[in-house]
Amino acid sequence: MSSLTGKSLNPVMNRRSVIASAAGLGAMSILAGCSSNGGDSGSASGDASFKIGTIGPLTGANASYGKSVTQAVELGCKDFSTKELPLVSKAEDDQADGEKAVNAFNTLLDWGMQALVGPTTTGASVAVAAECGNDPETFMITPSASSEDVTKGKDCVFQVCFTDPNQGVNAAKFLAEKYANEKFVLFYNSGDAYSSGIADSFKAQAAKSKLEIVDEETFKDDSATSFTNQLTKAKQAGATMIFAPIYYTPASVLLKNAKDMGYDVKMMGCDGMDGILGVEGFDTSLAEGLLLMTPFSADDEKNADFVNAYKDKYGDTPDQFAADAYDGVHAVVEALKEAGLGVDADPTEVAEKLPEAMLKITVDGLTGKLSWNDKGQVQKDPTAYVITDGKYVQA
Amino acid sequence: MKFLKDKQTRHDFVTYAMCLVAFAIVFFMQSNHMIPRMIAGQLVPITAYIVMAISLNLVVGIAGDLSLGHAGFMSVGAYTGIVTAVALESVVPSDPIRLAISIVVGAIAAAILGFLIGIPVLRLSGDYLAIVTLAFGEIIKEIVTCLIVGVDSRGLHVIFNITGNSTIDDLHLLEDGTAIIKGAQGASGVSTYSTFLAGAILVMVALVIVLNLVRSRTGRAIMAVRDNKIAAESVGISVTEYRMIAFVVSAALAGAAGALFGGNFSQLSATKFDFNTSILILVFVVLGGLGNMRGSVIAAALLTVLPELLRQFSDYRMLIYAIVLILVMIFTNNPQLKAFFGRVKDRFTSKKEVAADAQ
Repeated sequence: MSSLTGKSLNPVMNRRSVIASAAGLGAMSILAGCSSNGGDSGSASGDASFKIGTIGPLTGANASYGKSVTQAVELGCKDFSTKELPLVSKAEDDQADGEKAVNAFNTLLDWGMQALVGPTTTGASVAVAAECGNDPETFMITPSASSEDVTKGKDCVFQVCFTDPNQGVNAAKFLAEKYANEKFVLFYNSGDAYSSGIADSFKAQAAKSKLEIVDEETFKDDSATSFTNQLTKAKQAGATMIFAPIYYTPASVLLKNAKDMGYDVKMMGCDGMDGILGVEGFDTSLAEGLLLMTPFSADDEKNADFVNAYKDKYGDTPDQFAADAYDGVHAVVEALKEAGLGVDADPTEVAEKLPEAMLKITVDGLTGKLSWNDKGQVQKDPTAYVITDGKYVQA
Repeated sequence: MKFLKDKQTRHDFVTYAMCLVAFAIVFFMQSNHMIPRMIAGQLVPITAYIVMAISLNLVVGIAGDLSLGHAGFMSVGAYTGIVTAVALESVVPSDPIRLAISIVVGAIAAAILGFLIGIPVLRLSGDYLAIVTLAFGEIIKEIVTCLIVGVDSRGLHVIFNITGNSTIDDLHLLEDGTAIIKGAQGASGVSTYSTFLAGAILVMVALVIVLNLVRSRTGRAIMAVRDNKIAAESVGISVTEYRMIAFVVSAALAGAAGALFGGNFSQLSATKFDFNTSILILVFVVLGGLGNMRGSVIAAALLTVLPELLRQFSDYRMLIYAIVLILVMIFTNNPQLKAFFGRVKDRFTSKKEVAADAQ
């Protein structure tokens, strides 16, 4: 215990070092102020703008998803701003944590947010959705949180992406149609809501569609560095195709491991695998022939305007998170027009009138033709892509 | 007011008064809508973290056992609390009563677990104990990840999903049933029921329990064991018994705090209660001062709000948070500053004494 009582610590602290550290702190806050990207941004200046908030993990392990979403919201607010309806956005960090997401949400409300396009991750979205449903209500549309719990029982909460069960069912149907003779191994992250959610519904639909699942392998976030054990078992079970509803970082490891083992196996993923070609240090040739089900392709001609604008501004190729977030802003704008609300609409008024308008509109967005049902879930066609020569080609 | 003559008692009552005044101010501001939403949304978590800090201070500061798995007890309390609250939804419609029941159940569950874990753990001491509590914290987290719990009109259904192959459908819930805990997804989509009033009461209860325990015969025995185990044993104090008392009381309070915390969020996964949370609470305790309950309360409240107040620094937020933490740690341990505050205190007390003498 002596190490904790502080007596063994005897810091050399004189007046000069105190002043130096205080000065350093001051200097840093000035620097931070300069490069701050969490501040107001948008084409319109002045107070008379419709305030759209967004939340995502901007620091921590999932930062790339949060960056995609918040950047696309910012871009969307710029692109969809009109004279009658200028938009302004603000992003807050939640580190993919429910508690911090609620804090971020409250901070945005203090700022005067009128509608929320976020949060990015599922757990955070469920926590924030509950706050949105509380009186006074707030309108929320999440670009990328795919659990059914997000929208369940809340009138003012909507989704841009497919729900997890929806994705699992669609994937199983697709595989039953095109790859009915393969022997499947289901490979997922049992510690992750997204991954296990899709895996559960895939299993249920696979039984109905008579897909042959010969093996099931799982991993957790803290063991996502090597999958050789799981692959060896899958190989022994005679699996010829992996269905892996996992995010792209572990997927890149999985592909690498399979290649190193000399295990020739086909693989299919869901929208979380979108972005695998951008993983640093990943040999993209390994991803050749990889199937994935995602509503957005940056290589598609019709999305070129958005992709180029995004690349110019942020230097990255937008992924499906960005596309969904952009469509989220699009949907809010369309719904505002439908409901006849202007820039000075009260947040409670927005939460009251937009849900009705959302059921009426159809958004011709980047991720297809989007419409919503009264549960807040999106209706759009799933598309499967296969990676050929480092590009997404419709399968 | 004769009992206030005792210095320790006076110190304790100042702590109670301080908390009551703080709560009164917050209530006043809340009813007048003077608190920004950012702080208002954090009131319940703050009270939960305060109770966590008080309870951990009992183990680390008073009993002298460094525990690194305290968030594990919090998660046990949170999950049993949520299950209790949801299961009783139809029987007990009143939210406050359900919250009270869930806090009690959470505390009991965590206490039982604390006792069971305490049997092997308290045979160790020092660094070994720290590592083993850390391991138990992780084990609790993994076990909670395996739980699938649902409730319907037939009662409560639990699957212990050790293979990772079961889903909510395996519970075979009836139409009216709800899934409460969904394995890795955690407790998701449950309604919230915690209130700041409940949190404030819980903080006061925790303070009264811990401060009275510390000032009692048992508390003195616990501190004797901490200060010199052999000497304590030689005068007939059972070392294991008193360490166990501190450990179990602490676990129970952590469970109560967890139940309060769990009721404040609609989504709660086991990963929330990982090693980082345990360390965060230990930081509250160390910063507030080992064995100093008043310090724990202040440190927990300030350090919970601090990261949110630093939001304007966006990307540099956590960096600045860390630097502030380092500076505060250095300052509070600076012998010159300590001596300075000591002199200020002396001057005040001597003035008072002079005034008292003059009368």
